[in-house]
Amino acid sequence: MSATVTRIKSEAEASLESAFAVARESLPGQAKVQALRDEAAALFACNGLPTRRVEAWHYTDLRAAMRTMLPLAQPPGKALIAKAGAALAPAAEGQVRAVLIDGYFIDELSVGLITSDITMRPLDVTLAEGDRVAIEILSTPNLGRGDAALALNTAFMQGGVEIDVEPGYHAALPVELIQINSADKPSAIFSRSMVRAGAGSKFTLLERHISLGTEAVQKNDALVLFTSGRSQVEHVFVRERAPDSQTHVHSLLLNVWEDVKLNSFALVEGGGLLRRQIFARFESERAELSLSGSTLLRGKDHADTTLVVDHANPHNSSREYFKHIVDGSATGVFQGKIIVAPHAQKTEGMMKSQTILTGVDAAMYNKPELEIFADDVTCGHGATVGALDPVQLFYAMSRGLPRADAETLLLEAFAGDAIDRVADESLRDMLIARVRSWLQRRAMS
Amino acid sequence: MAAVQETVDTVKSLDVDAYKYGFVTDIESDKAPKGLSEDIVRFISAKKNEPDWMTQWRLEAYRLWLTMREPHWARVEYPKIDYQDLYYYSAPKSTPGPKSLDEVDPELLRTYEKLGIPLREREILLGVEGAGTRVAVDAVFDSVSVATTFKAELAKSGVIFCPISEAVHSHPELVKKYLGSVVPVSDNYFATLNSAVFSDGSFVYIPPGVRCPMELSTYFRINEKNTGQFERTLIIADKGAYVSYLEGCTAPMRDENQLHAAVVELITLDDAEIKYSTVQNWYPGDSEGKGGIYNFVTKRADCRGDRSKVSWTQVETGSAITWKYPSCILRGESSRGEFYSIAISNGRQQVDSGTKMMHLGKNTSSRIISKGISAGRSNNTYRGQVFAHKRADNARNFTNCDSLLIGEKCGAHTIPYLDARNRSAVFEHEATTSKIAEDQLFYCRQRGLDAEEATALIVNGFVRDVLQQLPMEFAVEAQKLIAVSLEGSVG
Repeated sequence: MSATVTRIKSEAEASLESAFAVARESLPGQAKVQALRDEAAALFACNGLPTRRVEAWHYTDLRAAMRTMLPLAQPPGKALIAKAGAALAPAAEGQVRAVLIDGYFIDELSVGLITSDITMRPLDVTLAEGDRVAIEILSTPNLGRGDAALALNTAFMQGGVEIDVEPGYHAALPVELIQINSADKPSAIFSRSMVRAGAGSKFTLLERHISLGTEAVQKNDALVLFTSGRSQVEHVFVRERAPDSQTHVHSLLLNVWEDVKLNSFALVEGGGLLRRQIFARFESERAELSLSGSTLLRGKDHADTTLVVDHANPHNSSREYFKHIVDGSATGVFQGKIIVAPHAQKTEGMMKSQTILTGVDAAMYNKPELEIFADDVTCGHGATVGALDPVQLFYAMSRGLPRADAETLLLEAFAGDAIDRVADESLRDMLIARVRSWLQRRAMS
Repeated sequence: MAAVQETVDTVKSLDVDAYKYGFVTDIESDKAPKGLSEDIVRFISAKKNEPDWMTQWRLEAYRLWLTMREPHWARVEYPKIDYQDLYYYSAPKSTPGPKSLDEVDPELLRTYEKLGIPLREREILLGVEGAGTRVAVDAVFDSVSVATTFKAELAKSGVIFCPISEAVHSHPELVKKYLGSVVPVSDNYFATLNSAVFSDGSFVYIPPGVRCPMELSTYFRINEKNTGQFERTLIIADKGAYVSYLEGCTAPMRDENQLHAAVVELITLDDAEIKYSTVQNWYPGDSEGKGGIYNFVTKRADCRGDRSKVSWTQVETGSAITWKYPSCILRGESSRGEFYSIAISNGRQQVDSGTKMMHLGKNTSSRIISKGISAGRSNNTYRGQVFAHKRADNARNFTNCDSLLIGEKCGAHTIPYLDARNRSAVFEHEATTSKIAEDQLFYCRQRGLDAEEATALIVNGFVRDVLQQLPMEFAVEAQKLIAVSLEGSVG
C-alpha cells in the first residue's frame, strides 16, 4: 500500500502534452488566456491523468480508461451540420438555442443569437476579445483547483459558447444549450461554455448532450454558470445515452452569489464512461442551491457523479438529492463533499444518495463527505444501497402486474422522486418520458 | 441524573489541562540504544530469548519496512518522525520475568495503583469477587509485560492469557499459526514497523466452547522518555468461545511527542464471539498542542467462522493524534461485526478514526455507531468503509455517525465509503453534524441547570448509545473521561 511509486507517463499523457505544445499557438485567446492555458498544462504535466490514487477520483480511473489520445476534433463540415440539424426538433417561437457540434459553436443551427435580453457569442470570441471580468469568470479561480481533468479542459479549451442573460430578464421558454457529438471518426473534444445570469434574472437552462455516431470520442467539456445576485436559475442537464466507446468528463462550475436560487438537475442515461463533476461555491450569503439527479445505467456503463459544495460564506443552504438505478454489470459512483469554512455559520447542508441495484453484477460506490470547520451548522448526509423492495414488488404483482411491469413501475417512481425537483412542468414531463422509455428498453432486454 | 452529576463534579474538580495520569515513575530501566537497525531488531529478539523463526519473522518485516514510505493520506498533521531518534526497547530493570507480584518493583506497583489498576490478585479476590466482577489484568510497562493476574484461575478453564513474549515460548504452534494472519507483515507502514520491533502485548486463547469466566484486561503504560511503544495483541476465540477484553492506556506528560504503533489481531472461529473495549487515554499534549502521543494503531478482526461475532467499542479521549480503524473481515457466513465509538477531541488534538466492515461471506451483517465530539481547536474525522463482495449475498449494514461541535474553532469531518458489489446487499448510512441545539440548552437551563451541567447532560445523551455497549466498570470510567476531555470547552 505504501510502497514507493514513481509515475511513468502513459502514452495518452505524453500525447496530450505534445498535442498541447503543437496546438498552443493556434488555440484562441489573448495573453491572459495563454497564461491560463500554460498554467493548466503545467499542472497536468505534473499530475497526469487522474487515477484511483487521487482521492477525488477514487472510483474512476481515467488514466486506465484513456490509454491513447484521440486526434483533436475538427470543425464540422456542411454535411455534418445538416445531419445534426435534421436530428433536432425545430425551435419554438421566441426560443433561444445554442448548438455545438464536436465542441464548435454552429451559427446556422443556433437561434436567437442576439435579442434584447440574451446575448450569445462563440466562446472563441470571448477568449480573444473578452474583457477582464469575463476572462476572470471563465477561469473560475476558486473552483476545481488542482483537478487534472479540468486543467486539461482549460489548457485546450476552444469552441463553446457564451450566453449572457440581462439583469432582470425573466425568460418564458428554456434557453437551450445543445451539444452534439458527431462521432463519425475518433476525436477528442475540449470545449468550455459560460452562462452569465444577470442580477435578478430568471430562466431555465436546458443542457442536452447528444451522440449521433458510434466512433470513439474523448470528450472533456465544462460549463461555467455564473449567477449574479437575486437571480433564479434552473439548470436541467440531459445526457442522452452515448455509445460505449465514449469517455466523457463534464465539469459544471457554479458561482452562487447573494440571494440566488439555483436548481440543477441531471438525467444521466449512461453509455461508456461518464465523470460528471460539479464544483459549487457560495460567494456571498442567503443563497439556496439544489443539486439533484437521476442516473440510469445498464450494460457496462460507468457513471461517476462527484460534487464539491463549498460553503465559503455564512447563511447559505444546499440540498443534494441523487437517485441511481444500476442494471447489468454497470458501475455507479456518487461522491459528494460539503465543505463548511470556519466563519460560515448558519450553514445548512443536506445530502442524500439512494441506489437500487438491479443488475447481477452491478456495483455502486458512495462516498458522501462532510468537512466542517464552523460550529453553528446543520449538516447531514444519508446514503442507501439496496435491491427493489420485495414487499412492494409483491404488492404490485398481486394487483395483476407482470413482474417486468411491476419493476418498471417501482423504478419509475424511484427515479421520478428526484425529477420532481424540477420546477418546469414541460421539462419534467420530458424527463419522465425519457426515464420511462429507458425502463421499457430495460424490460425488453 | 446521578451519573451526570458525577461528570459535572469531576469537571469541577480539575484544573485546566489536568491530565491525572501525567506523572512519571522514577524507575531504573534497561534500554536498547537509540535508533533502528537489524541489530536492534536482533537485540529485542535476543532480550526476549526468542526462537529463530521469530527473529527471522521480525527481520523480514524490518527489511520490508525499509522499502516502504510513510503514508500521509489521513487528515492529521505532525512534524516528520525521526525513526532513528527513538528507543525501541525499554524495560523496567527488575524484569525480565517476575515469578510473582512480590518480585515486581514496588515503584511499579505503586504506578499501577495510582492508575487505579489493581494488580494484586488477593486484593481483587477480597474486594471484588463478592461483587462478581473480577478482571484479570495484564500490565504492560513501556516494552514489557510486568504482571499478569489470575493466570492460574484462567488456566483451569483452559484459557491462555499471558504476555505474547511468553506465548512465543509456551504456545509456539498457536502463535505461528495466527500471528500476522489478520494483519500481515506487509499490511501498512506502521504495522510493518510493529512486526519488526514489537516487544510485548497480550496473548489470549479461549478454547472451544469456553466462555471466559472473567473480563480480561490489559493496561498499557508508556513511562520512559523518547520511547516508542509497539505492543502486539493476539486474541483467538476458538469454536463457540466467548471473551470480553478491555484495554486501557496512559502515559506521562512530556513535551516531546511519543509514538505508539500497536497491532491488534482478533480471530473468531465458528460461533465464537469477542467483545473488545478500549478506553484510550494516552497523554493528549497540552492545550497548545505541545507533547502527546501519536497513536497510530492497526486493529483488525477476522470473523473466520460461521456465525461468529466481533464487537469493537472504543472511547478515544487521549493522544495528540489518533489514527486508527478497528475493522472486521466478515468471512464466515452469517458473521457479524459491530463498531461503537466515541471520539472526543479537545485542545489541539487530531483524530482520524473509524472502521472498515468487509462483507465477504453470505448473510453477514454489521453495525456502526460513531459519535464524534470536537472542541477547542481540534479536528475530528470519521473515516469508514463498508464493502460487500460480489458473493456476499444479503450483506446488511447500518451506519450512523454523528458529530457534535463545541466552539467555533474546531472541525468535524465525515468520510464514509460505501462499496456495494452485490445487488442483495442493503447498506444504510446516515450522518449528521451540528452543535448543541440552543433549544435543548435553553430547556435545560430553564429547568435550573447551569451551562456546564446542561452541556454535560446533552453530551452524555449524545454518546449514550455507545456507552451502553461498554462493560460497566469501563462505562463509569469512560463517562468521567468524557467530562475531563471536554473540560475547559464548556460554558
